Amino acid sequence: MSVLVIAEHDRGDIAPGTLEAMAGARMLAAKLDCDVHAVVLGDPSGAVAGQLGAHGAAVVHTIDSDVLSDFGSEAYADGVCQLVAATSPKAVTANGTARGNEVLAQIAARLDLPFSANIVDAVPSDTIDGKHCVTVTRHQWGGTLLEDAELVADTLLMTYADHAFEPSEAPAAGTVQAFAAEIDPTFARSVIKDRTVTTAGVTLSTAPFVAGGGRGMGNPESFAMLEELAELLGGRVGCSRAVTNLGWRNHADQVGQTGTRIAPEVYLASGISGATQHWVGAMGSKNIIAINTDKEANLVTKAGHAVVADLHAVIPALIDEVKRRQGA
Amino acid sequence: MRILVCVKRVPAPGSKINVTADQQEVDTAHLGFTTSPHEECALEEAVQIVEREGGQVVVLTVGPPEAEEQLRYAASVGGTDFILVPTDGRSLDPQRTAAIITEAVQQAEAADGAFDLILFGNESADSAGYQVGVRVAHALGRPIVNGIKAIEVQPESVVASKGIDGGLEVYELPRPAVLGIYEGINLPRYPTMKGRLASRKAVVGTIELDAAEGALNKVKLHRPEEKISETVMLPSEPEAAAAAICDLLEEFGVLGGDAA
Repeated sequence: MSVLVIAEHDRGDIAPGTLEAMAGARMLAAKLDCDVHAVVLGDPSGAVAGQLGAHGAAVVHTIDSDVLSDFGSEAYADGVCQLVAATSPKAVTANGTARGNEVLAQIAARLDLPFSANIVDAVPSDTIDGKHCVTVTRHQWGGTLLEDAELVADTLLMTYADHAFEPSEAPAAGTVQAFAAEIDPTFARSVIKDRTVTTAGVTLSTAPFVAGGGRGMGNPESFAMLEELAELLGGRVGCSRAVTNLGWRNHADQVGQTGTRIAPEVYLASGISGATQHWVGAMGSKNIIAINTDKEANLVTKAGHAVVADLHAVIPALIDEVKRRQGA
Repeated sequence: MRILVCVKRVPAPGSKINVTADQQEVDTAHLGFTTSPHEECALEEAVQIVEREGGQVVVLTVGPPEAEEQLRYAASVGGTDFILVPTDGRSLDPQRTAAIITEAVQQAEAADGAFDLILFGNESADSAGYQVGVRVAHALGRPIVNGIKAIEVQPESVVASKGIDGGLEVYELPRPAVLGIYEGINLPRYPTMKGRLASRKAVVGTIELDAAEGALNKVKLHRPEEKISETVMLPSEPEAAAAAICDLLEEFGVLGGDAA
């Protein structure tokens, strides 16, 4: 019996969230009194499997198949369901990324079992008719609201909310075992066929500095100031949903619940009131500096530092000061 | 093309989400309602495809009787047919919702022909279960990919691109297919005067359906503990503000040192 983690990777590069999931699984396994196992699909190099023992995997199952030439949620789910039938884990889990949630939903549909996406905690209680039972705490509204829910099933299916668990080393045996699964070739229909790159280098979600602008920027032209500032500081420009809806910026720049969730060292938010939609995307920032004429604006009250002034006066002065200190 | 778009009526909160006294639902006493954002884009995408290729855009919702408002809005922006499966207003668990939608799809297809595409939102704005579309696709035996930010209809297939950090993953699914749409695939239109008239005349079909409860049962909703932190006010005079911000940028490591 185990808590199984589906390791997320991109063609052999382990996803940072996988190690968060390993930390989440150790929490769950301690409460369910069992080991952590992991499964790596479609990485014949073995590079991903080799990293999981250090993070607490007693056993790392590997599944390889011609169908798994790249990621595909149906092919992944087919493989994992065969492993579940053979090893009867107490729980099957992954990090709550786009891929993690998609694969777990596919597994839930196949096994006809409940699935709880994006948990931050789980408290087990006595089994009911031989089924495992936990009370999970999970994200609603992008994490601005929490739901406590009872999950009752032969196999508990859940994902860990992104950034809810801190990766840390916890050495275990990490015994690699190849599992012979026969992936149905039909599922090649939903495997990645091609890729296109739209942003090279630093992206909004990985940028150490984000200069965000809201409706208070006044017009699309004002964003040139933020572009210049972001350029000087090696960051990216972000915006609110209001700005996207006005057609001032492309949706790729949108920070929010239905846009990109950012986690920079510094988020400088100018002319953004900070509705829930935006806050969900911004709350992962390590430091927030708000510039707004309204001292009651939600983002001003949530920011660590704020300037209550006209951004059109402050940002040009800020650009000059950054240049001066950079010696340009 | 016959396209089905599944939409959900959700509250439109401002800066704070409150919970009812019994902790079972979001307190919507002072809130408006809207179509969940990803689904608004799914509807726009379906309308654009049908404008190019001809066909119908059928819009389905499982929700309280008031969700007719979201179907009428859909009529005002190009939806052609509307199905409401009414509930008593309490939120349903994802397994139950998926079973109801699957049955509704099968009834609609038996009556009026198969759907070439079924579009869902990537996840709902409120409960965010990340699974209803996948469960429906699986029950119907059709492929699905979530997170879709571009669609190109081919004679026998649909090329769908999923947004990832810094780029797109391209999938090609045989039709009929199901897609989970992500906001940003388009900028949804606003209703025109003609659209508003169409929305008043639209016929909303109601079908009564239910399904067994799933095994993820809500106990209560609550707000996370808020980190109460005092905001440090910096000077408001531009040059002084600029200097203070630069001091912080240096302190946080994005200006000077090895940064930039």
